[in-house]
Amino acid sequence: MTAATRRWVLAVPTLWLILLLVAPLAIVLLIAFATPADRIPPFSLGFTLDNLRLVASDPLYRDALLRSLRVAGISTVICLVMGFPAALAIARAPSRWRNALLLAVMLPFWTGFLMRINAWIGLLADDGLIVRLLGTPHLLYTDTAMYIGMVYTYLPFMVLPLYARLSRLDPTLMQAAADLGAPPWRVFLRVILPLSRPGIAAGAALVFVPAIGEYVIPALLGGPQAQLIGKVLWEEFFSNRDWPTASAVAVWLLVVLIAIPAVVMRAAKVPPKR
Amino acid sequence: MIRWLLIFMALALSARAQDRVVNIYNWTDYIDPSVLADFTRETGIKTRYDVFDSLETLEAKLFAGHSGYDIVLPSNEPSFSRLIKAGALTPIDRAKVPNWKNLDPVLMQRVESSDKDNRHGAIYLWGSIGLGINPDRIHAVAPDAPLNSWALLLDPKWAKQVAPCGIIMMDSAIDVVPSVLRYLGRSPDGATPEDFDAVSKALMAIRPYIREFASGGALEALATGQACLALDYSGDVDQAGARAREAGKGVNVTYVVPKEGAEIGFDMLSIPADAPHKEEALAFIDFVLRPDIMARITDATRYPNAIPATRALVKTTLLDDPNVFPTDAVMQRFFTIGPSTQAADRARTRLWARFKAGN
Repeated sequence: MTAATRRWVLAVPTLWLILLLVAPLAIVLLIAFATPADRIPPFSLGFTLDNLRLVASDPLYRDALLRSLRVAGISTVICLVMGFPAALAIARAPSRWRNALLLAVMLPFWTGFLMRINAWIGLLADDGLIVRLLGTPHLLYTDTAMYIGMVYTYLPFMVLPLYARLSRLDPTLMQAAADLGAPPWRVFLRVILPLSRPGIAAGAALVFVPAIGEYVIPALLGGPQAQLIGKVLWEEFFSNRDWPTASAVAVWLLVVLIAIPAVVMRAAKVPPKR
Repeated sequence: MIRWLLIFMALALSARAQDRVVNIYNWTDYIDPSVLADFTRETGIKTRYDVFDSLETLEAKLFAGHSGYDIVLPSNEPSFSRLIKAGALTPIDRAKVPNWKNLDPVLMQRVESSDKDNRHGAIYLWGSIGLGINPDRIHAVAPDAPLNSWALLLDPKWAKQVAPCGIIMMDSAIDVVPSVLRYLGRSPDGATPEDFDAVSKALMAIRPYIREFASGGALEALATGQACLALDYSGDVDQAGARAREAGKGVNVTYVVPKEGAEIGFDMLSIPADAPHKEEALAFIDFVLRPDIMARITDATRYPNAIPATRALVKTTLLDDPNVFPTDAVMQRFFTIGPSTQAADRARTRLWARFKAGN
């Protein structure tokens, strides 16, 4: 490939990035420095730090962000605990079963996301199947319902990268550990787990990052106390028609979203061989 | 080749010209659906009908610009006046709305404070914001509770007793805060930090007793008996009562104009400045201002209108309904609110977010 062709080939994704990532972000940043006004669109351009300062100082946003981080963290841990055995089982399954099992993991994507969450509303309602069969107390519009929705939605994003990693583990390593006298739990802790760290990190990032900004699931399944950052942002934009504050929330959220995976990815590097 | 292209374009254009459409953005449960079909039959103009459930939703769409709607129905305050100030509504050409003469001049004068000379809108329906109650259920859990007062909801003593049978709060800061101010003996337009502090304290005190925040959703819960107390629009509660009677399961729902006063709002037929089908929009306004059509809308929605001639045409049962045709004594208890500033909006919505989160 000549230098000229390479430049042309690279121009397409670069343009794509500028158009769909850099430009929208620049607009959000611009609005974050503007002042709200009664006009169309509802702000006047300028340079004020008031919005960013308000979002940083008002406990409403800080609490919502912390709550979002906690919800995303707990959802990620549950997904990991549930997803790891599933991924391991699929990786160890006879090869003729494997594709069918993977398909089963991805099958929910064949139906619309909103439709599936709405189905959960029916399942979790007071006169729904789950409450009636299990005799649990009121479920819908509680944190439990929200976590069920989150784990249900994000589980495949954990299972698939874990599977990709686990299916490539060399089985002879496990056999060697067993031959050397390690009981199965030690094989798991000392061999499988360390080797699957990149898969865990990828899965955790794929679950954690979108879960922080999740709006639909808490809005539909959680109660009014579930003021997560995605919902707060939505309300600033749609209920309060306050685009500058909404943009300021988005800017702070972005800062956090960039910082966290950077730390996670760093921690996830495969440890050097001893 | 070019000739074919021209023919194709001409065909496309003529197809568009024949397809006259009006895009309507109205409140939920706020029309008799057969009115839309009749409009299309009489004028040949198709309708595309979309609904919103709070003023916030409506304003979010209109303030973004290019909403694509031709008819919108903002309440006179704060939305209608704010949209006029922002230049978002187009003045109505009355020459094309002959039925304008049917409007009650007294009521139209009441909205002149929002729209000088009534240039931008005609009253569609109007209503008040009060309490929807299920007296039997409330009586069972709180025998001594005052059913004619905001205290039923806003005094924690009563809210706590009523909570077991289900309290629903309307999810709209604009529509709730003025009533709370009024109950606290303050001006409903109050926007000082002390005003908002007082409202916040009052709302937080009843927060533990609220089961749900509903936008346009209290109707169903009241009608089925899942809730026994809701802060809601008058017509919504009346519709819930009618549905409950039809269901015949012994659920009884009535609307209360609290003795301390209730806010009234006029929903205005208006046309966005960038509406793509202004002619069709004018035709639609003229159509619904016809007494026979408006009477059907009031029949279906149980909201009063501003066309006196409909009194002879609505269902006779509605004539005795004080919510559809309020008595003079009830009229005395109504109050209206004035325009709001951006700073007040911010403080109010922040208060509301905290109230919902409960901390």
